[in-house]
Amino acid sequence: MSNAVEPRGLSKIGLQINGWLVYLFFYAPIVLLVIFSFSESRNVGKWGGFTLSWYEQFIDSSNARNALENSIKIAIVVTIISVILGTMSALALERFTFKGKRVFDALLYLPIIIPDVTMAVMLLLFFGEFFEILDNLFGLQLRKGFWSISISHIAFNISFVSVVVRARLAGMSTDLEEAAVDLYASRWKAFRHVTFPQILPGIAGGALLAMTLSLDDVVITQFVAGPGWTTLPVYVFGLIRKGVTPLINSISVIMLVSSMLLVGLSLLAERTRRGG
Amino acid sequence: MRKRESTEHVVEVATPEFEKTAQKKEARRGLLMALPSYLYLILFFVIPLGIVLIYSFATRNRFGGTDLSGWNVESYERIAEPIVRTILFRSLWLAILTTVICLVIAYPFAYYLSTRKPAIRNVMLVFVMIPFWTNFLVRNYAWRVILGNDGPFTKVTEFFGLGTHELLFSQKAVVLGLVYGYLPFMILPLYAAIERIDGQLLEASRDLYGNGWQSFKNVLLPLSMPGVIAGSILVFVPSLGAYVTPEILGGAKTTLLGSYIVTQFLTARNWPFGAALSFVLMAVMLLMTIIYFRKGGRTL
Repeated sequence: MSNAVEPRGLSKIGLQINGWLVYLFFYAPIVLLVIFSFSESRNVGKWGGFTLSWYEQFIDSSNARNALENSIKIAIVVTIISVILGTMSALALERFTFKGKRVFDALLYLPIIIPDVTMAVMLLLFFGEFFEILDNLFGLQLRKGFWSISISHIAFNISFVSVVVRARLAGMSTDLEEAAVDLYASRWKAFRHVTFPQILPGIAGGALLAMTLSLDDVVITQFVAGPGWTTLPVYVFGLIRKGVTPLINSISVIMLVSSMLLVGLSLLAERTRRGG
Repeated sequence: MRKRESTEHVVEVATPEFEKTAQKKEARRGLLMALPSYLYLILFFVIPLGIVLIYSFATRNRFGGTDLSGWNVESYERIAEPIVRTILFRSLWLAILTTVICLVIAYPFAYYLSTRKPAIRNVMLVFVMIPFWTNFLVRNYAWRVILGNDGPFTKVTEFFGLGTHELLFSQKAVVLGLVYGYLPFMILPLYAAIERIDGQLLEASRDLYGNGWQSFKNVLLPLSMPGVIAGSILVFVPSLGAYVTPEILGGAKTTLLGSYIVTQFLTARNWPFGAALSFVLMAVMLLMTIIYFRKGGRTL
């Protein structure tokens, strides 16, 4: 707030306490989860001495390892494709006018705001129909798995990447690009040498965000995953529903730490000024 | 009009025709760049949406499959059934409760944030953003551990002599999980709205002998209304469609709309009904979003 009025007296103390409580609320559960993941007790919420055995169990569990491998493979493919498509859409929307732009703009927002469950249902029905048509027309027997999950993740990640890159583009003046074009740079050269380096932090931020969202998604993935082919969050979600075990604690912490790391990096990238 | 010289140099003369063709060319370029994503979203978003709509008018056959012939609105009529109505109202109630609690916690926090020095403010914001994007499933699971049998929560209540409370698998636990999950969604737009307010207006209201409450009610709150609306919608919509939180923290008596829809697909095998419900959920979401954009919010 410009020229903020510094709160005084009781209200100041109240605001301060509320502030600390909010952070406590955010981080205490996370810290506790990390602590309990090192606890020997079979009861997930009880301290029973230090151990690394739950992490060893994760490494030994071939199911969990497979699921993790699947998650990483999908995240890489999803990130690459979403970044390319998302950046192109962002450029198109911020730097060009074309027919159908408004519709495209609105369409791009939909995957962000639509409830997960609805999107999951949409894609479940779609792949059911789609595979049936392919089977009838070409005799192709496709099964849900790697590609159906990747396609679904890309469907919502294009939007997230484009929002992040657009924010970067919007805050950038077009002067330099125009100067480059005036100096007889082709549009491609101007993009390659002027625009691209400037929006790179936005692209990096978008990429890390896409990767995070792909690695974290449960609801949509659960609907489009095939039998015997799941990702780590879906695997963990299944375990939790069967009953909590200390193994879930250790997997959760691994997911949490990698997720926080990616988010932290993404925020750092977006905040980088020029030339990052 | 373009003249091509003997070398590769292009001399461009700005005649009206040239401007026009250049503009057309630019438009074509823009469309070409948008096209891949456009087509992708049509194929993997718009068409699936259409399929859901078609399914919602279809009939479930005896084998749990779906007959696409013979359209009807039975699935939509079922929404009026008592069981469904109970679930709908419960979801609505918990979503509203979550939104109000988030608002009460987030408003003073966002105000406090906006009065900090920029350097401190940025650090504080990052620590709000991190949970915002961090694995939702795991963050909900953390509460399962805390509220669970003999867990930290019981320890705390016993320590304060409050006896043992069974929070887990109740509606309270679900609301707690939802507030925990979506609080950043409230803080960020509220902060964005409050941060924009000119602090001098508050000072002026103080100078005119307004007390704290009056300045809040007559100056701060009306000016930050876009943030209040944006944050409320951003919390309300996902709470209404919540699936992961009630699955992990809720019990048998806390089925919410999201879980109910999933049940229709994965266990009850009534796809038309599930499709109708998800369509209704989406319609609510769309309505709220239109309100959100009408109020000029755009802070995600």
